[in-house]
Amino acid sequence: MRKRFLSLVLVVLMTAALCACRGGKSGTEASPGSTGEKINGGEITVGIAADLDTSLDPHVSSSSAGTREVLFNIYEGLVKPDSDGNLIPAVAEAYTVNETADTYTYTLREGVRFHNGNVVTVGDVVYSLSRAAGLDTGAALVSDVSGIAAVEASDDKTVVVTLSAPDTEFNSHMTVAIIPAGSDPDADVVGTGPFRFVSRTPQDSVVLEKFSDYWGVPAILDKVTLKVIPDGQTMVMSLRSGAVDMAERLTTSQIAELSGLNLLEGSSNVVQALYLNNDFAPFSDLRVRQALCYAIDKQAVLDLASDGHGTPVGSSMFPAFGKYFMPELTDYYQPDVEKAKALLAEAGYPNGFTFTITVPSNMPAHVDVAQVLVELLRPIGVTAKINQVEWATWLEEAYRNRKFEATVVGMDAHGLAASDMLARFQSDSGKNFINFSNADYDAVYAQAMATVDEDAQTALFKQCQTILTEQAASVYIQDVASFVALQNDVAGYRYYPLYVMDLATLYRHE
Amino acid sequence: MFQIKDKNFRAGLIITGAMLLIILVGTFWTPYDPNAMNASIKMSAPSLYHLLGTDNFGRDIFSRVVEGAGATFLIALASVAIGLVLGLVIGALTGWYGGWVDEVLMRLNDSITAFPSILLALVLIAIFGGGKYNIILALGVLFIPTFARIVRMEVARQKNLDYVRNARLMGVKDMRILFVHILPNTLPVLLSTVAIGFNNAVLAEASMSYLGIGVQPPDPSLGRMLNEAQAYLVSAPWYALSAGLAIILLVLGFGLLSDGLGGDGLA
Amino acid sequence: MQYIIKKTGVLLITLILVSMLAFLAFQIIPGDPTTKLLGTEYTPERAAALREELGLNRSIPARYWDWLTAFLTGDMGTSYSYSMAVREVLRGKVAVTAALSILSWLLVTAVSIPLGIALARYKGGRFDRISLSINQILMAIPPFFLGILFTYLFGLLLRWFVPGRFVPFSQSFWGCIGYLFFPALAISIPKIAKVAKLLRSSILHEMNLDYVRTAYSHGNSRWMVIKDHVLRNALLPVVTYLAMSLADIVASSIIVEQVFVLPGLGRLLIASISNRDFPVALCIVVIIAFVVVFMNYLADVVTQYVDPRVRLS
Repeated sequence: MRKRFLSLVLVVLMTAALCACRGGKSGTEASPGSTGEKINGGEITVGIAADLDTSLDPHVSSSSAGTREVLFNIYEGLVKPDSDGNLIPAVAEAYTVNETADTYTYTLREGVRFHNGNVVTVGDVVYSLSRAAGLDTGAALVSDVSGIAAVEASDDKTVVVTLSAPDTEFNSHMTVAIIPAGSDPDADVVGTGPFRFVSRTPQDSVVLEKFSDYWGVPAILDKVTLKVIPDGQTMVMSLRSGAVDMAERLTTSQIAELSGLNLLEGSSNVVQALYLNNDFAPFSDLRVRQALCYAIDKQAVLDLASDGHGTPVGSSMFPAFGKYFMPELTDYYQPDVEKAKALLAEAGYPNGFTFTITVPSNMPAHVDVAQVLVELLRPIGVTAKINQVEWATWLEEAYRNRKFEATVVGMDAHGLAASDMLARFQSDSGKNFINFSNADYDAVYAQAMATVDEDAQTALFKQCQTILTEQAASVYIQDVASFVALQNDVAGYRYYPLYVMDLATLYRHE
Repeated sequence: MFQIKDKNFRAGLIITGAMLLIILVGTFWTPYDPNAMNASIKMSAPSLYHLLGTDNFGRDIFSRVVEGAGATFLIALASVAIGLVLGLVIGALTGWYGGWVDEVLMRLNDSITAFPSILLALVLIAIFGGGKYNIILALGVLFIPTFARIVRMEVARQKNLDYVRNARLMGVKDMRILFVHILPNTLPVLLSTVAIGFNNAVLAEASMSYLGIGVQPPDPSLGRMLNEAQAYLVSAPWYALSAGLAIILLVLGFGLLSDGLGGDGLA
Repeated sequence: MQYIIKKTGVLLITLILVSMLAFLAFQIIPGDPTTKLLGTEYTPERAAALREELGLNRSIPARYWDWLTAFLTGDMGTSYSYSMAVREVLRGKVAVTAALSILSWLLVTAVSIPLGIALARYKGGRFDRISLSINQILMAIPPFFLGILFTYLFGLLLRWFVPGRFVPFSQSFWGCIGYLFFPALAISIPKIAKVAKLLRSSILHEMNLDYVRTAYSHGNSRWMVIKDHVLRNALLPVVTYLAMSLADIVASSIIVEQVFVLPGLGRLLIASISNRDFPVALCIVVIIAFVVVFMNYLADVVTQYVDPRVRLS
């Protein structure tokens, strides 16, 4: 079987696997003013806005971005993204793909160790990928890799992955964590990353320590404590007092109070939108959704909520996606109150209606925008109410159970493959929490996934985005500006074009 | 009957009166729309145009504090009203009839008062959910036992007094005696309890909204405002201080009134 | 003795009622824990199996009985949100809230009693008048607002402590107390004002009684009368009040903990209520209620020893 597909082999150095141009103004290089000597070792405390998910299982698909960005330091896949968004080899050393893009062959790097001291074997890789793809249970844990038909080891350092259908983007999903064969990550958090998990105290903190047997460039710090601070104001206070050494994803109002600290600006790499539940009565009507789009002036949102920082977007794609990002969609709906009112009247709501925006209370960037939206919707007679909930509640009620009317959050991407942002809007996707259902979209998306030619595929993915915009699936707003605050003796923060917090490069200096 | 400690009562009257006046005016008119945002005047310092400056959305802080005080006041008033009416009925009936129903209800009453009030409010919020109206409901339910207990004691005491016996001998119906003759006599005791209850309601609302599980934005309330203002305590201290001061004045006014009415002013 | 037995009986009944009420409250909350636990893997069969496993098919009294017996033997169940025993989730957190509450209570007791006595002694003087006015204002300040002011004043401006960097007991006892002092102060100041005022009026009330006149007639000074004759009786209502105020203090702790980023029960309680993690929320509520009921019981028994007259009322 393998022979058949290996007829023409593209040996690709992984660094060239996925080109990602970094859009927007992401990627400010860290540590201006770090004149002092770099200290090897030491520890820092990082403030995080939400406690990690209940399960630290890296294969759980509905995990939150905040949890994944921490797990990034603990787990690695066969490949992993670097700070430019390129995929670099991690547990694997190299890979090859056959011409029809349905068989991928990975060669393991030698001497990669798990945090428990064991060397990673092909058995571990087969176990991890089979588990993520649900080959035994029939239900994929990670929907990105549900296309895997078989995983087998051809020798003691080669793993062959066979897909049920061609997928040129498949390698970008091989960031799926490699865990020890037979292990239950719910009970044992063991990966191959630069940090190992030590302990967690619910609603309080998570402790990570440097993994000294790391195969690559090891972490500089010995220990990182992640302190859970779900209140934006308390986060500011803890940064000011010095109790916390670093926090990311801060808003303009938060950093306004943090002068004196080392502040960096980049982008969050999310698509923030007023996500509308397309099954909820007024929003099931296209005209109502479009009316909201016409009513909401993105620039006004940015000016009011974040002093103009952030990058407006018009569909489910943020600028870091480079060739896939379509800036022309941003202004598809020109702000027009009269048109919005006319659409509402046409849809049978001449006097507007009332709905609730559910928003996670621990994320000031979303709470602030929600407040602005309430004001922007007033002129068209639509009354929005805000319901702030704990992050875990949001994840369960709004995301998993889809019990919400509208919500303001940011959707991030696991990687920079177009499917990372677009797959969820297929009618039958388990992640389609807004219940978007459009036959055209499903057809174009399926066609795009089956297309091997890069340009043709890109065009199809763009068509998908255009459908989302035309159908006003949600009111797309912006890629939120992410400010990072560091104490003056901490440096080394690196922005990624993804939702990632790389702790390995952080260090203290004199 | 009213044992009024003059000075305290007068001070309480002045403070409460002033607050009520501001709130009343604020219901019909505030210098600016408390919710209107303006990107060009964000975080401005106090000036003649904006007495307390503007917040991070360019909203007029003075207008917001006035509206927030009004909202908090109404929430407290409504929840005390619920507690009072239901407590009155339950307390009057159990006090009048006594018996095993009275025993059971009073035991239950004791058990409920064993919970710290905020804790109970949190549990009730878990049942009803957050938001303005649910806060009113939760706090209202919370106050029932306190009022019921006081009314019950008064009724039980008064039902053995001569005037009640006489009324009974004259054939006046039980319910009429209870609600027309006895209850008005419990008023003096009740009034100071109402003032304390009001204060507890203001504090409970402020605490819960501060924690983010009470009143939701953009609905204003003093607790929410403190939560928002805390972020700007260094750059705009007048924001937090004015919201805090409004809470203190409301509580102080009613505390003094309760004091003047012969209560001990203790929550 | 009879009094104590009677009070103990009432205590037990109250404890049972309290736990029953709390248990019931968490049963009537809408929502089914199985959907929470199963998430996207929800199928009717799995849900039925899980309901069976959790014992949700049984009657409420039977479940209550199971829960109570397990609770009393220290088995507090399993958290819905964290795949841990509730005991594990609460570990370390109870101590923080308890330490903060006890410290606050000690502060209240240590400051308010001398203050109340002083107020009564100098009744009518300038000290009394000014203090009473300040007292009245302090009583009206919400503890969490004081907490906010303290974190900025003592934490950010004066740098007497580092807000957000709590030092656990295990690291340093005095470091821990040093951090807890500020939240404890925020909690206790309004309470101190109330207790001092109560003690003042209690002493003044006693001073009008006949036995005091007799004491004066023996040539005692006002201070001697207060110290030797009045204080003992005047303190009785204060002791009762102090015991009862523990409930308020615990409640304030839960809120003030948020301001000072303390890893106590408060954050967990709010999160578990919001996340519908009822095994955790129920345990916290019951633990706090038990402590409060028990403290009130102790206050009753202690006052009875100090003053047997209480038995009559």
